[in-house]
Amino acid sequence: MTRMLIRGGRILDPSEDRDEAGDVLIEAGTISEIAAGLDVPGAEVLDAKGAWVAPGFVDLHCHLREPGQEYKEDIASGGRAAVAGGFTAVACMANTQPVNDDPAMTDFILDRALHDSPARVYPVAAATRGLEGQVMTEMVALVDAGAVAFSDDGRTIMDSGVMRRVLDYSRLVAAPVIVHCEDRTLVSDGVVNEGPVSTKLGLPGNPAVAEIVHIHRDLLLAEQVGAHLHVAHVSTAGGVEAIRRARERGVQVTAEVTPHHLTLTDEATLGYDTNTKVAPPLRGEADVRACRAGLVDGTLDAIATDHAPHALHEKELDFASAPHGLIGLETAAAVVLDLVRSGELTPLEWVRRLSTNPARILRKSGGSLAVGASADLVVIDPERRWTYDPVKGHSKSRNSPWAGQTLTGRVVATVVGGRLVYHVDRGILV
Amino acid sequence: MIGRDLLGIEDLDRSDIERILQTAEHMGEIGEREVKKVPTLRGRTLVNLFFEPSTRTQTSFEIAGKRLSADVVNFSPRSSSLTKAESILDTARTLDAMDPDAVVVRHAVAGVPKRIADVLEAPVINAGDGAHEHPTQALLDLFTVRREKGRIDGLTVTIVGDIVHSRVARSNIYGFLKMGAEVRLAAPPPMIPAAVETLGVKAFTSLREALDGADVVMALRIQNERFAGSYFPSVREYAATFGIDRATLRYAKDDAIVMHPGPVNRGVELSHDLADHRPSVILDQVRNGVSIRMAVLYLISGRLHRGGVA
Amino acid sequence: MSRLIGHGRPGILKGANAALLTPSRETDKGATLTQDEVQEKAPGEPRGARNGPRTILDETGIRRTLMRIAHEILERTEDPGLLYLVAIPNGGVPLAREIARNLRQIAGIDVAVGILDTTLYRDDLTTTAERPLLRLTEMPSAVDGRIVILVDDVVKTGRTIRAAMDALMDFGRPQVVQVVGLVDRGHRELPIKLDYVGKNVPTSPNENLRLRGDAGELRGRLELVLEPSDAADSDDSSRSARKGGGA
Repeated sequence: MTRMLIRGGRILDPSEDRDEAGDVLIEAGTISEIAAGLDVPGAEVLDAKGAWVAPGFVDLHCHLREPGQEYKEDIASGGRAAVAGGFTAVACMANTQPVNDDPAMTDFILDRALHDSPARVYPVAAATRGLEGQVMTEMVALVDAGAVAFSDDGRTIMDSGVMRRVLDYSRLVAAPVIVHCEDRTLVSDGVVNEGPVSTKLGLPGNPAVAEIVHIHRDLLLAEQVGAHLHVAHVSTAGGVEAIRRARERGVQVTAEVTPHHLTLTDEATLGYDTNTKVAPPLRGEADVRACRAGLVDGTLDAIATDHAPHALHEKELDFASAPHGLIGLETAAAVVLDLVRSGELTPLEWVRRLSTNPARILRKSGGSLAVGASADLVVIDPERRWTYDPVKGHSKSRNSPWAGQTLTGRVVATVVGGRLVYHVDRGILV
Repeated sequence: MIGRDLLGIEDLDRSDIERILQTAEHMGEIGEREVKKVPTLRGRTLVNLFFEPSTRTQTSFEIAGKRLSADVVNFSPRSSSLTKAESILDTARTLDAMDPDAVVVRHAVAGVPKRIADVLEAPVINAGDGAHEHPTQALLDLFTVRREKGRIDGLTVTIVGDIVHSRVARSNIYGFLKMGAEVRLAAPPPMIPAAVETLGVKAFTSLREALDGADVVMALRIQNERFAGSYFPSVREYAATFGIDRATLRYAKDDAIVMHPGPVNRGVELSHDLADHRPSVILDQVRNGVSIRMAVLYLISGRLHRGGVA
Repeated sequence: MSRLIGHGRPGILKGANAALLTPSRETDKGATLTQDEVQEKAPGEPRGARNGPRTILDETGIRRTLMRIAHEILERTEDPGLLYLVAIPNGGVPLAREIARNLRQIAGIDVAVGILDTTLYRDDLTTTAERPLLRLTEMPSAVDGRIVILVDDVVKTGRTIRAAMDALMDFGRPQVVQVVGLVDRGHRELPIKLDYVGKNVPTSPNENLRLRGDAGELRGRLELVLEPSDAADSDDSSRSARKGGGA
């Protein structure tokens, strides 16, 4: 059996609160030993000196575009981008073409992933048929087929009665309902955060209250029926506060925030670069600070990329017509390291939000380097500087606001199930 | 200024504006000659790239270009949903291959002239992008005010109407503030943009207060689509509360002038009487538009290459 | 005679005595140097090498020259009622007005004075770094059938006069176009001749020669000053950004 020794790194395992130097031995696809100064003849050695060794990152929220829009991404390319970014597992959203609202579609995605993706793929099924926000999907059958959660992400369930029933029914399967909170009637034709920036740009504004209203609504409904609500991509201070207070009351709510909502403000839109056009939009400074504080104090449990590839010809349209979204699998780790560099998060807490917590929310194994756990891990050099060129990246698309920027922190190697699937010097290895 | 884009008044400083106004002063004289043409831009190509149709502005640029002896090419891509999928940048790159000396762009969505300018070598003049800016309109408004009042410093300018959707309002706000005037806005609340006072203006929901002591009253066009969008209940109510007629004009200074970018919805923004008679200076605005556009074309046409001007 | 003009002795030239001048020498086409003029310079000093600005004509000298030119114009014009003085800004403006005043004084006729900016007709707009500022154009009279006399302070390459003629043609069809240059400094690049010259001044191409003083009217200190080329040249530089400047 192949044995791999990851030597000389700083081991960060939030599941055991471990933060210490040491070596990790992998055998038969699982973690077999963690100690300092291991010497295992015949084992493949991966030098982790100066780097951190952590459980592989788990992305709660990404868009792989397959089936239907393979021109901008597919499960293969998305999986490669994932492992290049240190993600050993990703949960992919249902807004494909056709929508993943049927067990056969979930099956298809899992099958594709098995053959083509170096990262594990957990399908999120639609909460309502066709994402139309009217009739709920067959949640039991979908979970049996392998779906891990339900979401109409890409759209919002505007009808509160339908939302309530969806949350209620979800208790049958004990899977989270992931909500994209935006009241469409308040968003109207808004494309940038409503505020001084939208006024300067002369573009219609998307007010923060559009998100806050729906977060409140969904929290109250989840509280009423006792379901597990997971709030996707929180971007507003009001939203963070609502979740904090609901959790204090005992509501079963989890929440995620994206790397861009933690580090970019709406001022990034001032040049009309459509690679800054995203839903929910980049917000003002106060909102960004509140999201950071929320991530630190645990109100926001996890970081999720909302990796949303779009083709060049789609993003080259005028700002109003261009689709929302930016890619983020390959840059997430470096971008969010900003909170470690600023001292807001310790490295261990940073890993917890990228790995342990997302795995827990999805009720999947992962996020742990405990002996016996599946060997899904990432080796990351937090000091390594590199220039991000999406053209050389693994995603089929290039819509990133960090294109051309020098980032600090780079994944050195990614291991899935004991197999080295990515190495920074050698690329994808499967 | 040669080869420099004119995307908005926000990017100009006071001395740039002065230069343009001074040049326009002299360009006006050419329109009074019998032979209304000078050879200055002979052999230069000016392209009008109007994604959003506009007879007034396009014609004004065309006349301006032709008076300077430029070759003017009008290019209006149809904005049907079919062609919407065409990349704006594809169109721009095709144009660039024709080596234009200046490209005038109008589009219904903000930011398009800037995206095009980033790709083209030729200077780009923004003829209106969404609700963002319409710099030549503001320049001709500044020019008109200066000709009427002899100065701009210290004047009070009140802009009335659908500010949130108005590029004319934004450009004029920047322009009049840079030239030393005080700027006030008057509109029903949903039509006042978020955080607009951060631009340096004062917003009023009372027309009377906004007009008190104003030297210049600028009325903006109300588009009927806005009522369908529920920014305001009806044309009738708008006219009654924010329409300008001789009676409401009395709140302003006795020698206040009335302006409008046109075309006027008679009986809505301005009364029939004011639309056609002094103290409104709408026709002067149109005439001055050609002078301003001639000045802008004169000052910036020409492609910048490394090591010199072409 | 040429010495008198350079030295500006008052009283020597009065209206009647202006006839004593021999026009042929002063209005010699082709800007020849007379021996007298060569000797006007400090002996041994090479042409073009100056320590600072050198006055070619002071106010008195200019006034005399313009009076003489007014006489010459009257001498050569059969029908002075058709005269139209068109000044090229900025330098030509005070000169044209003075000539008009002189004509009124000498012959009692009122000659129209127009101002014609040539900036938009320049042939070097493709090489300047910035588009030059425009100047006033004011043509109070019609040009058709008139004897138009273009008035400029310094004529060098002839390009400004060429541009002025193109501009003039856009206003109408003159019967005749003539040119007054207060100073001809040579270095023609186009076949332009001057019909009336104040003074021929030899210069090197990269020296600057300009009319200094109140641009609107001939009052106060008005001098034609020769400066080495590194001195700031506000009058000429806005006419041409090429080395040497000039008309």
